[in-house]
Amino acid sequence: MNRTTRLGLFLLAASVLAAALVAAAGELPGFGGAHHPYGERAVAAALARRTANTVSSVNFDQRAFDTLGEESILFGSVLGAGILLRLARDERKRRAAAEPVLPTTRLFGATLLPVAVLTGGYLVAHGALSPGGGFQGGVALATALHLAYVAADYRVLKRIRPLAALDVADALAAGAFAALGLIGLAQGAGYLANTLPLGTFNQLSSSGLVAVVNAVVGVEVASGVVVLLAHFLDQAVEVVPRGEEA
Amino acid sequence: MTDALIVIALLLTAVTATAAALTRDPVRQAAVLALLGLSLALLFTVLQAPDVALSQLGVGSALTPLLVLLTVRRVRREEHTDERRPDRAE
Repeated sequence: MNRTTRLGLFLLAASVLAAALVAAAGELPGFGGAHHPYGERAVAAALARRTANTVSSVNFDQRAFDTLGEESILFGSVLGAGILLRLARDERKRRAAAEPVLPTTRLFGATLLPVAVLTGGYLVAHGALSPGGGFQGGVALATALHLAYVAADYRVLKRIRPLAALDVADALAAGAFAALGLIGLAQGAGYLANTLPLGTFNQLSSSGLVAVVNAVVGVEVASGVVVLLAHFLDQAVEVVPRGEEA
Repeated sequence: MTDALIVIALLLTAVTATAAALTRDPVRQAAVLALLGLSLALLFTVLQAPDVALSQLGVGSALTPLLVLLTVRRVRREEHTDERRPDRAE
């Protein structure tokens, strides 16, 4: 396909897409307005289930089934990356070398790592109450752990990273999300319906199923991201072709 | 005031996104990608979407550039398997 044909195809597709977008967006409420029909309904539904963070209510209650799909995508990608990056027959692992680090970098990492882990934990724990949640907190937790690699070397990171446990935790948490949906089904309300006790508004124990699913997602995302990064780090640091001097 | 902030954040996003698309070297692109993540997080914050801003910050500014950098490091090491210390190719 030559350049002119490609450009022609692009322009054709782009103009169709542009026309469709303009047609679809014509009826939308104005930018930055104080009222939004979907927002108002979502907030009302969130308050009815005593969930302070409406976004978490949408993610883990009103649209919990969509989120189950997204979490399964994440789990599938981690699994796929793990399979693709497994040790091939013509590769072997060598021991990661101890690496020199500036004292200031070491101090920075040692100070920031606990703070970052605490922040991640806070984000997961308060997902139903304030901005954040299982996904955001999970990513924060996983990346916080890797400050050990920045501040020291791969050996230190491997010591503080319980990879075997996280592998299992990732799978268990992904399965637990799907299993938690059965509670609503057993009570006759429907899959992933929020039928748990709702608690007191704005307390850690409030929001019923939202808090539980949020915690499960936190575990899944945190362990999934650590496992994913572990496969990439192994490839970058430890895995060498068989026969090569290291 | 808020309008000005939104315009600044939008412009910043447009500039960094264009820069990311025009950068050809993957290592530099990872750095620009982190900046793009940061300006998107800023944009989401001024648009009052802190939840999305947090995801963007974690995934766009930390995770994606890190995965790109690790991949580049591995691929480059394979390319120069000469006398240079292979784990210090970067």
